[in-house]
Amino acid sequence: MAIAQSRSQSKSGVNWRAIWLPIAVALVVIFFLAPVLWQVLTSVKVNEDISAVPTVYFPTRYTLAHYASLFTRRPFGLYILNSAFVSITSTLLCLTLGAPAAYVLARLRLVGKEVILAIVLIVTLFPTVLLFLGLLEIVQATNLANNFLALIVPYTAINLPLTILVMRSFFQQLPKDLEDSARVDGYNTVQMLWQILLPMTLPALVTTGILTFIAAWNEFIFALTFISQENMKTIPVATAQLSGASVFEIPYGPIAAATILGTLPLILLVLFFQRKIVQGLTAGAVKG
Amino acid sequence: MKLDVVQKREQKTGWVLLLPALIVLLVVYAYPILRAFWLSVFTQNLGTELEQVFSGLSNYGRMFSDGRFWQSLWNTTVFTTSSVLLELILGIGVALVLNQAFKGRGIVRTITLIPWALPTAVMGVAWAWIFNDQYGVVNDILRRLGLIETGISWLGNPTLAMIAVILADVWKTTPFIALLLLAGLQSIPGDLYEAHSLDGATPWQSFWKITIPLLMPQIIVSLLFRFAQAFAIFDLIQVMTGGGPGGATETVSIYIYSTVMRYLDFGYGSALIVVTFLILVIAVAIASFLLTRARANAAGVR
Repeated sequence: MAIAQSRSQSKSGVNWRAIWLPIAVALVVIFFLAPVLWQVLTSVKVNEDISAVPTVYFPTRYTLAHYASLFTRRPFGLYILNSAFVSITSTLLCLTLGAPAAYVLARLRLVGKEVILAIVLIVTLFPTVLLFLGLLEIVQATNLANNFLALIVPYTAINLPLTILVMRSFFQQLPKDLEDSARVDGYNTVQMLWQILLPMTLPALVTTGILTFIAAWNEFIFALTFISQENMKTIPVATAQLSGASVFEIPYGPIAAATILGTLPLILLVLFFQRKIVQGLTAGAVKG
Repeated sequence: MKLDVVQKREQKTGWVLLLPALIVLLVVYAYPILRAFWLSVFTQNLGTELEQVFSGLSNYGRMFSDGRFWQSLWNTTVFTTSSVLLELILGIGVALVLNQAFKGRGIVRTITLIPWALPTAVMGVAWAWIFNDQYGVVNDILRRLGLIETGISWLGNPTLAMIAVILADVWKTTPFIALLLLAGLQSIPGDLYEAHSLDGATPWQSFWKITIPLLMPQIIVSLLFRFAQAFAIFDLIQVMTGGGPGGATETVSIYIYSTVMRYLDFGYGSALIVVTFLILVIAVAIASFLLTRARANAAGVR
């Protein structure tokens, strides 16, 4: 921001911006990163260092034993697989259902379109705690407790509104003549959507897919309620319940290792797709 | 005549493409909410051996004299207002910083995203460790600064536990607000500031005269989203304190969850769900009214 620079320099000759900006940036980085780094550090400290008072900030000994114990004493590999399976399946399902719906809401003349759009917008704001009781009844009636379908379908649903809103705004940005010429060439709506438009919106599908995957990976209340079998648990529930083993000997090291391992996929997604995530987030919220 | 056929076909295709998504939304959203309205006029708990017995509005009547409900509503209000306000102020600050040009801005923006992306339940565990009474790093820092002599039991004290969960929530959700506001900031044309500064305005004055009014639509949208999320906060508190100590951090959603899952009181739990739902609906209505006005105002300033 050139303006800000000239403004702050003009007054007294002191370049205030050169002073406050690095401080502010440093504060932002420390605030957002410190809790995660603290977990990383705890996860590689030996037990004596973890429970040392005063706290050891620069350990001389490091260990990977806490990570190993997650796999030997717990089925942590299974937790990761469960989370991955549920998240990926519900993401794919969400895109399969959401993209066509978004196209209809973006382009087709449909009676009642405005009402549907309004409903989709409002539904975004409904917290899952209002839904779990009704869903629990369905899950029990259909015998789906401890079945991944009991998570996949709700996860698809809670991500559909955002998917529809983001995909709709991307469809609206596509040039209309493309569809007109496709129609002249004899494509019907479904063929056109499948063969021409979807390949073009691949970047948008990736963006919404990432948002959906993250939300599904992080979901807690449904996973807590509908899945009780130990080897079917997902990362958030399994990690939260690690501490419940014993009051006197809380396994801080393994817990820290679990928070790092369980969030690693998400951290990688953020590192690689930062720009896309920001795009999708703002598109979803601002359009709404 | 031809056009009519084309249009009819378009209508049909449209509904066919929409229907699967709509059905899933109806099953997962509409059914549970409607079901809660229905169940809320029945008593269904251990006292009735989990049979549904029609009891009119008695569940709602019970709510009026249920001290635990009012306590949880108060806790929710305290949690929601403090965390959302703090997040808004910090979020504006972070957005202003990220809107500056500096080396490594991309990396800082990536770091900003990390708290948002991580599972709330998992980071709740991490925050409980940070606030641990014996080995927690917060206590260690306070001791080193000479502010305390022995470790404080953060999660064991009613007020401090509330502060701890609010801080954890602020950490987790400030990025969301900051990124929304950053998008808004980037759409404000720079020459507005230039003109204002030529008129002799200080940066502080332009902040209040230009930035805030033009940012108002984004501020209201993010407040609305955050209000809805914070008001129904569940995973963070469930993991960090479980609603304790002594119910000091029990929010409405924690109370709903234990009413249903622990006390198996489905009728009363449904009534609690209905009331929470209605509070949210009213808040959304107010916010969308304000949003329409703010958008008109912002257009005026521009």
